[in-house]
Amino acid sequence: MQQPVIEVRDLVKRYRKADRNAVDGVSFSVYPGEFFALLGPNGAGKTTTISILTTTLAPTSGRVDIGGADAIHEAAAVRRQVGIIFQKPSIDRNLSGEENVRFHAILYGLYPYRPFYRMMPADYRRQVTELAALLGLGDEIFKPLKKLSGGMMRKLEIIRGLMHRPKVLFLDEPTAGLDAASRRNLWDYLKGVREQSDTTVFLTTHYLDEAEEADRICILDKGKVVKIGTPDEIKADLLQEYLVLDSADRSALRRELERKGLPVRDAGPFQVHLDGRTAQDVISSLDTELTVLRIHAPSLEDAYLKIVGTAIE
Amino acid sequence: MSDVSAILTVASRDVLKLGRDRTRLAFSIVFPLIFIGLMGGTLQGNLGRAAGFNFIGFIFTGVLGMTLFQSAAQGLISLIEDREQDFSQEMFVSPISRYSIVFGKILGESVVSLVQAVPAFGLALLLKVPLTLPIFALMLPAAVLACLLGAGFGVLAMSLLNSQRAAQQIFPFLMFPQFFLAGIFNPIKILPWYLAPFSLLSPLRYPVDLFRGILYQGRPEYSKIVLFDPLTNLAVMAAMFAVFLVIGTALFVRQETNR
Repeated sequence: MQQPVIEVRDLVKRYRKADRNAVDGVSFSVYPGEFFALLGPNGAGKTTTISILTTTLAPTSGRVDIGGADAIHEAAAVRRQVGIIFQKPSIDRNLSGEENVRFHAILYGLYPYRPFYRMMPADYRRQVTELAALLGLGDEIFKPLKKLSGGMMRKLEIIRGLMHRPKVLFLDEPTAGLDAASRRNLWDYLKGVREQSDTTVFLTTHYLDEAEEADRICILDKGKVVKIGTPDEIKADLLQEYLVLDSADRSALRRELERKGLPVRDAGPFQVHLDGRTAQDVISSLDTELTVLRIHAPSLEDAYLKIVGTAIE
Repeated sequence: MSDVSAILTVASRDVLKLGRDRTRLAFSIVFPLIFIGLMGGTLQGNLGRAAGFNFIGFIFTGVLGMTLFQSAAQGLISLIEDREQDFSQEMFVSPISRYSIVFGKILGESVVSLVQAVPAFGLALLLKVPLTLPIFALMLPAAVLACLLGAGFGVLAMSLLNSQRAAQQIFPFLMFPQFFLAGIFNPIKILPWYLAPFSLLSPLRYPVDLFRGILYQGRPEYSKIVLFDPLTNLAVMAAMFAVFLVIGTALFVRQETNR
């Protein structure tokens, strides 16, 4: 069995003056190279969890290991192994793209401090040229970033976040505030990053379509893990396929379904749970004439809504 | 080595930002102009003869101390805001220590404050404040110390004020009384008994008095203006800086993760 790169055990966080735990006994493991998504409504404890994992917040109790280092007592060792893309952009718009990148590289001990770009080692300058090409920026990488679009800023942050070759890349709702085209573009880019490197990606998101791409999903609600597994497992565990049936003579259809051991609760159209039978079996056994016939295959969104109920904003 | 590089990086960012912040640069030129030029000129015209000393030099040293101290303190306090926004998030999750961030910020904001003091010196020369080369040579290191004390004060204030809103509301209350207790614009040689202890507690009083000690050294008005000899001021500043820095940094580092 592979050693997990992130191991969280019985994590609890209660903020000062709060009357309930923001994170309440959360445990999970993430394995190297995995794409892991933490999903949940607002206030579920996602940002609190990611803040503890990235060492910017101390937990009330519990244990967090990242790459074999204890996030509470060996924070610096953990920080060297992770890259973080925050909810709010952490690019300094008063500085140029290159200056942002240079500061990151120096803070992570990749290069010694030099006040000017031309004084930086050749290796660094080559990296910046490649990076500018990747972003399609050219010489603009040396100009203040004020005019850069949200999507481009995010990309620059991700490239910067990967400069020190982190084992884990944390993405805290990275596409919040981006338009649909920028979101798509960013995810295509991240997919490429994952294909080229074996970086573990830890994502928090509201967007179910983003989570659906993940290898595993952990759903948090009110500070607790309510479900963990692959997107398919979560859908299969929570929701079964069902038929939607209706007839001009609803009471006849209801009676017939009940006779066949398929009780329905709705007023109609009826949701008929298959309970191990195939849709073919059910339909072929019915005599009442049907006006509606549909097979409902659950989506992750259905599963999610079922789990978190009306808590979503 | 990497910590030294990190400190220099954090510091250089502040200096770079000042160079690109035209509003702040313009303000730093206008601010001393208003106080030294207008206030110094007015006071000199009306009270100079009665007081028996040159008010422009008095206001210049006061405003210089205030500008350096306040700018450095405010720069440190900006860490509260920065922590929740922009690039500073980056600093807080990088593998450098919180101490390096604080030291880098102190260094950077001190340089920024010193740059802002340049117009004050220029104006003082124009207004014929007796700034000789030896006086200037002594004032320069004193100005560095004033910045460091201000930054130290900022670290302590920042560690006690945990939100940007609290900082905006409370910081003026920490600074404003000091303008009078430290004698920026008003002589405080004679103070009522109930104000004297507060004046002694005001950190801003010491760098301002140090500047005056240097400027008026050997002049007849020295005894009318200067409160303590420069060495006493230096000793108090060193002690205050050490206390502010140790307590402030410790509280800040603790508060940072124990929310």
